[in-house]
Amino acid sequence: MNATIAAVTYRGMIGSRRIWLLVALPLIMVGLALLLRLTNQADEQLAVILMQRFAVGALLPLMGLIVGTGVIAREIEDGVIIYMLSKPIPRPVVAYTKLLVAVSLMIVFAAIPTFLAGYLMVGAESGVATGFFLGTAAGGIAYAAVFLLISVLTRYAVTIGVIYALIWEGLVGGIVPGARQFSIQQWTQSIADSVSSSPFFKADVPLGFAAVALIVVTLGAAIWSGQRLRSLSITGDD
Amino acid sequence: MTLPSQPAVAAPAAPAGPHPTTVYLQQVSRWYGNVVAVNDVTMAIGPGVTGLLGPNGAGKSTLLHMMAGFLAPSSGAVTLGAERIWRNHQIYRSIGLVPEREAVYGFLTGWQFVLASAKLHKLPAPEAAAERAMNLVEMMGPAKDRRVDTYSKGMRQRVKVAAALVHDPAVLLLDEPFNGMDPRQRLHLMELVREMGASGRTVLFSSHILEEVERVAQHIEVLVAGRHAASGDFREIRRLMTDRPHVFFVRSSDDRRLAAALIADQAAGGVSLAEGGLEVRALDFRRFTWLLPRVARDAGVRLWQVSPADEDLESVFSYLISGNGSGRRPGGPPGPGGPPGPGGPAVPHADAPPAAGPLPAPPRSGGAA
Repeated sequence: MNATIAAVTYRGMIGSRRIWLLVALPLIMVGLALLLRLTNQADEQLAVILMQRFAVGALLPLMGLIVGTGVIAREIEDGVIIYMLSKPIPRPVVAYTKLLVAVSLMIVFAAIPTFLAGYLMVGAESGVATGFFLGTAAGGIAYAAVFLLISVLTRYAVTIGVIYALIWEGLVGGIVPGARQFSIQQWTQSIADSVSSSPFFKADVPLGFAAVALIVVTLGAAIWSGQRLRSLSITGDD
Repeated sequence: MTLPSQPAVAAPAAPAGPHPTTVYLQQVSRWYGNVVAVNDVTMAIGPGVTGLLGPNGAGKSTLLHMMAGFLAPSSGAVTLGAERIWRNHQIYRSIGLVPEREAVYGFLTGWQFVLASAKLHKLPAPEAAAERAMNLVEMMGPAKDRRVDTYSKGMRQRVKVAAALVHDPAVLLLDEPFNGMDPRQRLHLMELVREMGASGRTVLFSSHILEEVERVAQHIEVLVAGRHAASGDFREIRRLMTDRPHVFFVRSSDDRRLAAALIADQAAGGVSLAEGGLEVRALDFRRFTWLLPRVARDAGVRLWQVSPADEDLESVFSYLISGNGSGRRPGGPPGPGGPPGPGGPAVPHADAPPAAGPLPAPPRSGGAA
């Protein structure tokens, strides 16, 4: 972890207008929960639907994409990463620091708003808010690592990230039962399900598999990103 | 503006092994698919200022990025002294890099940008180091607290140089550093580069502009179409460039009569009728420019247009490596035993190709450095 790299990365992510990219979706979700609460329509079933469809199905992959690619892809694209990499700092440290920044942003802009939305709707009932908070935190970490890896592997990180989130996670994971075993969203729901006692949802993937998968994917992506950054080529204009 | 000297490299007298602040390239090639960007280059960049000269697309940036550790050679080895450069973050204690790309962290102020560089180098007094570097590029005024994205191109270039100098590197690599600078800033940076070279540092800068190199570098390396075309003292290479045969396009009131007069007077090495005028090959540049108006006057011909047809760098460099020049000493590039000193002979390489363009890739047997 390098404090200067973290500080510059935070400035790049939440400085000026970019903050609105991070704030918009969580605000919509919390606002929706508040509206349901104020109109007395908030119940546990609706809360679970909001968590599954909005928090896990939309907010989490989109924030993962914005944050995971945002901490490094743009810097690689325009070449400014050269100012961090031309220093006597091991390049994996650069990757791990950026991952930590991305993880912290996922907690603040995805997991905590998920908890707030759940709590606003049903309070502590059946552990829905806490379950989805822990689930989105764990899933958010994995998404950040995966999208960071995609960013250092390819110059088309956002496009590939969108295809991954929409096609694999959204479509294949929803239709093909076997593919669910390899979906971060499903692992997220397994964590949530293990904490929550709500009868309104049941995870498809066993907790043991989901927990191991989350750890393997996160660590694997982080280590691979660090190694890939060591060999990152930056060329001039000729 | 003062720079501490580098005592370790002040006397480059016949080192037994690799010099610690000399960048060595040993048979370095870099190719992208079937296109060779850099082809079998061997050179040593030692203390003093070296200009890396070549037309656009010659492979200068590719070579410089390999020296800076941002590109792996497809074959051959790039080292700083005895240390390999690729995948070795420790070399950045000795190397400062000014990339050509304009982009910097625009959301930081100039001061924050240079200070961040000092902190990333883990310098014991980062503020003092940043202040010294900003002073070197005359950026300690109110502008230092403005965001970099509000800077002019020249100001950006200056903070990039400050960030590269913040740890007082023994080796400074600059990729087209004078681009976008106004004349005053350019002169100031040239002075700074000269001082750094004079204080014993190894300074390499790339440029496609002959005059920039002429003002700063004692020693130049010429790259053409990815090949090492010439190496040596700037003045020697400049002379070769000036004394070469020149081709002029001439339009006149009577092209045929002028052609006959030029041939009869032996003022030109060759004359041919071209579309709308004459193409004249002058063997001696100065004699020809003195003689042409006189021959035309004596023949009663009016000159409408006299323009050089081959003044671009591509033509100049093509001549340098074509083998047409006389009195040039063919020879190999400097080896790792030591860099050529300032004032050494110009050495166009005998094995350089005649023209720019994709070259066949060497076999992919060599490993990265």
